[in-house]
Amino acid sequence: MSVFSPTLDAKLTRLAEAYPQRRSALVPMLLYAQDELGWLTPEAIREIAERLGETELAVRETISYYSMLRTHPVGRYHVQVCTNISCLLRGGEELLQHCRKRLGLEQRDVTPDGVFSIEEVECIGACSWAPALQVNYDFHQNLDPARADQVLAEYRQKA
Amino acid sequence: MAHPLEIRVVSKRFDDPSAATLKGYLASDGYKALEKALKMKPEAIIEEVKTSALRGRGGAGFPTGLKWSFIPRQSPKPKYVVCNADESEPGTCKDRLIMQFDPFSLLEGMAIAGIAIGAERGFIYVRGEYRYLIDILDRAIAEAYDAGYLGKKLRGTNFHFDLMTHTGAGAYECGEESALLESLEGKRGIPRIKPPFPATSGLYGCPTVINNVETLASVPHIILNGGEWFLKLGLPKAGGVKLTCLSGHVHNPGVYELPLGFPMRRLIEEIGGGVQGGALKAVVPGGSSTPLLNAEEALGVNLDFDSVAKLGSFLGSGGVVVVNDRTCMVKFAKRIIHFYRHESCGWCVPCREGTNWLELTLTRFHLGGGRSEDIDVMFDVAQSILGRTLCALGDAAAMPTISIIQKWRQEFEDHLAGRPCPYEREFAHA
Repeated sequence: MSVFSPTLDAKLTRLAEAYPQRRSALVPMLLYAQDELGWLTPEAIREIAERLGETELAVRETISYYSMLRTHPVGRYHVQVCTNISCLLRGGEELLQHCRKRLGLEQRDVTPDGVFSIEEVECIGACSWAPALQVNYDFHQNLDPARADQVLAEYRQKA
Repeated sequence: MAHPLEIRVVSKRFDDPSAATLKGYLASDGYKALEKALKMKPEAIIEEVKTSALRGRGGAGFPTGLKWSFIPRQSPKPKYVVCNADESEPGTCKDRLIMQFDPFSLLEGMAIAGIAIGAERGFIYVRGEYRYLIDILDRAIAEAYDAGYLGKKLRGTNFHFDLMTHTGAGAYECGEESALLESLEGKRGIPRIKPPFPATSGLYGCPTVINNVETLASVPHIILNGGEWFLKLGLPKAGGVKLTCLSGHVHNPGVYELPLGFPMRRLIEEIGGGVQGGALKAVVPGGSSTPLLNAEEALGVNLDFDSVAKLGSFLGSGGVVVVNDRTCMVKFAKRIIHFYRHESCGWCVPCREGTNWLELTLTRFHLGGGRSEDIDVMFDVAQSILGRTLCALGDAAAMPTISIIQKWRQEFEDHLAGRPCPYEREFAHA
């Protein structure tokens, strides 16, 4: 039994055949699996290793290199605040502190209800629209505390 | 909307929402260059690119035509075209716009590159954070296949070119071309020892050309309008125009396409609307890896490869970050080194240990625990990373650090006299 949905299962099968060498599909397969499951569970890692004919160790060795791949759960809405130079100069650090406070995440990274989590990230390529953050894959740019509150409130409502 | 001082080439379709569809792209001269290239000799395509003096827009500025000419066309191995869309140099946010607003120009540029070097397969390596762009590119690729602009027998000729996107998963280092290839092979993104260079031994050990998004998106314009035309837009040794990402303390940050050789002063004052929140203190000229310029240097320099190089820095990726005089440069250096410490792949000891030690020391120094000897030791450590690593990440960490210690040494001294950070106290409520 696959731990993935039929749609993802088909996508991963396609990916594994798409490259001149199977192993090339590893990072995309892991990221797409994580998108569905929220994190890379031991079962998911085992299954991807089997599909590509790699050892679990080789897969875990690759996972540990990439900052987006995670072997622990995060919130449904993962808030990633950039504090690199362009954002720093326009209030990125203050934005991070503000979001932490607003979400009650001053001392932890995931809310107890599992809805939100927060992470300080490196440059996300929004330098000319700083400060900026991503919630999962969605960009939110040109923020100030008030606009950040609106953004977070919208996700809260969706939860 | 275009700024009046801009010359729009790769950004010419940015205001046209239909350009992201094949129909809209075709209506605005799309794929005319590919039709032309399909009738040209591969060597003639490379010559045209050489004439344009196009230099890589990813950061290193290597001449594109020359890079293509290194591919051994007679090699029996398959050849590959790889687009580096791992845009992650802090201060850089331009490739994103090309993929979002004009994805077909990248597809067309890659197909032309394929014809030129004899490659029948290409990959677009997109950083993982840019998922929405992968969706846009995948839709464009599907449309291009349906219309015969990708796949077997391009437009009924004997050329083939298959193309797919590939997602990264968060690693600055994978923007380094050999690390990118490792990543594309499904491994940790650790740089390779060079030589051999990717032109002879790249993806799967096969001849490979790796170019930045903006570079490849420039190619259709060059083939369609001629290398001479592109060259004349800019300076003789670095043809054309370049996307410049203006960020930091300016009133109008944004991405602007400017001819090479455009004065930095006009960029900051006329386009950027002037420095915000104070007077000019420093400028990062080409992404966070490049040595910083002080105000005097910045206001006198022109934005082209050679002029910036004369000041000991680089035009880099086009990320211009403006810093005002209410900024603590010790803190700025600390933030830069934090990034490189985080992104160091750990393979080379000088980079792994040097960035870590520099971050610890700069943090302590900024918090008020500095010792006077720290300043010289930090300088020495940064110097000791330079040139002692497999890839340029070590240099990228060391160079801005060295420039800050050299040009703003007084600020370090001020931290010893007025602990913890005299600048934050003074400007805390500015």
